[in-house]
Amino acid sequence: MAVEQSRRDFIGMAFGGFAAAGGIIALGAMKKTWDPLPSVQSAGFITVDLSPMKEGEVQTIQWRGKPIFILKKSADMPKNEKRDITTGGSTYAVMIGLCTHLGCIPTWMPATKQFKCACHGGEFDASGINTFGPPPRPMDIPPFKIDGAKLVLGEEGPEYKKLVPKKA
Amino acid sequence: MAEIRKATGFIDWLDQRLAVNKFIKVMMTEYWIPKNINFLWAMGVVLMVLFMVLIVSGIFLLMYYKPDIKLAFDSVNYTIMQEVEYGWLWRHMHGVAASAIFLVIYIHMFTGIYYGSYKKGREVIWLTGMALFGMFSAEAFSGYMLPWGQMSYWAAQVITNLFGGIPVIGDALVIWIRGDFLVADATLTRFFMLHVLLLPLVILLLIAVHFYSLRMPHVNNQDSEEFDFDVESKKYLDGKKVESKVVPFWPVFLSKDFFVVGVALTIFFYLVCFHFDFAMDPINFEPANNMKTPPHIYPEWYFLWSYEVLRGFFFDIAGVPAMKIGLAAFGFANVIFMLLPFLDRNPMHTAPAHKRPAFFIWFWLLLIDMIVLTVYGKLPPTGNNAWVGFGATIVFLALFILLPIITKMEANCKCNNGGCK
Ligand code: FES
Repeated sequence: MAVEQSRRDFIGMAFGGFAAAGGIIALGAMKKTWDPLPSVQSAGFITVDLSPMKEGEVQTIQWRGKPIFILKKSADMPKNEKRDITTGGSTYAVMIGLCTHLGCIPTWMPATKQFKCACHGGEFDASGINTFGPPPRPMDIPPFKIDGAKLVLGEEGPEYKKLVPKKA
Repeated sequence: MAEIRKATGFIDWLDQRLAVNKFIKVMMTEYWIPKNINFLWAMGVVLMVLFMVLIVSGIFLLMYYKPDIKLAFDSVNYTIMQEVEYGWLWRHMHGVAASAIFLVIYIHMFTGIYYGSYKKGREVIWLTGMALFGMFSAEAFSGYMLPWGQMSYWAAQVITNLFGGIPVIGDALVIWIRGDFLVADATLTRFFMLHVLLLPLVILLLIAVHFYSLRMPHVNNQDSEEFDFDVESKKYLDGKKVESKVVPFWPVFLSKDFFVVGVALTIFFYLVCFHFDFAMDPINFEPANNMKTPPHIYPEWYFLWSYEVLRGFFFDIAGVPAMKIGLAAFGFANVIFMLLPFLDRNPMHTAPAHKRPAFFIWFWLLLIDMIVLTVYGKLPPTGNNAWVGFGATIVFLALFILLPIITKMEANCKCNNGGCK
């Protein structure tokens, strides 16, 4: 009787273990199925020519489906060493144009020289630093490389690495 | 197995194989409902009917809807609305029912709170009910996104972004949920699957458990009177129908429910035909544009209260960013109702709120506060609005923190009008 019992237990445990292993593999497969497709992940690089931009003007381009703000700073806008890009004698602020609160797209207000997020009233200054409201951090800087007067988005150049301290 | 005899008729044939007579007794003719309940108890049946309306209208919409970001908007706004005969009817029925079902869910829920129907043996009903509320929210949200209009798109963007607030894995999780770096085709197709298959399945299952969990503790009544269902039902079966405190679900009780359902459906079809626009946001008649956010984003009315809790904190406190506090408050608001049976520390007391003075005040404060949150959730969060929203959020949180305290005091109080028997 006892032998019989332990034999049954063993069969039960072996079966259970086997099923658990299969279940874990299946969960892994399900997780992977929800991952972004390779074609999405390899979303390309974009080159932007900065030379035609006027001072004080904001240009919005699309990169990986996200809006990127490029602002050519005019003389009266405060510069920000830690975030601005200087090339060819002019200063630019480049940032992912998504509010760091919940991801709305803020609008540039030329009158106050601010980006305002209408969703929950967040405000950012000309360098993309959050100055009021719920956004918890400045707008993110997209990976970029400077190539003369051109900006290549998607590639991490030395200028980018300088601005963004090593990611944890 | 019992011996199968030659059947005397079709019902008997079924009865021998499926025990239909027994089933009908258990579920209908000998399922006992207290007499002493008012129209608020009919909301469950109204919900069932509305859910059926959603399924049927959904099936007809499904035949023409195209889950593809290039086609979705036109398949709804052109094909279904213009080309398909009566397509507009199905769409308006679906849209209005989605909104109306939340109104009735809230009534159902607050009825349960008012009459203490969530405790003493009825905890599972409450828990499955709140789980249903969560699933219906997910169902409504995933469906809202499908027409691929501006408001749908940005609602999806904002809501999926909420998961970014989870520590460490947040950012990766958002991309995983969306299947892309932004809300895109992959997001639409998976939400489509959730909306038409997975979530409805879960909802159906939960509804079954919700009903089943009512069978043992039985329906509560207006006075939360405790009585022996066996004794009362015996009286009824013995013909002492007036004396008995219960009636069978079918046909007696349902005849009253049918009346309420009739009134509800009259209002429903009035809305469908003449005021369908209340469930349709004008901004959603503009196709989604991922490069332009509408100036003011808000969810459908039934999510406004929790949305307002989310954005109620608009300034940092003690170095904690406002956003994190908001998210935490939002998380709190979404689970706290679930815990209600355990926060109410007056275990013996299932009396209705008007017999529990402190709880009575608590109940109405909660209801009023949620209405305030709902109203301000729709207004732009600037100036005074932000402060009202903040205040109402604090009141909301405080009420739930106070609940265990006031109910404990109530349980300890010996006086008669302190709420104890
Ligand atoms: S998304 Fe910008 S303030 Fe909330």
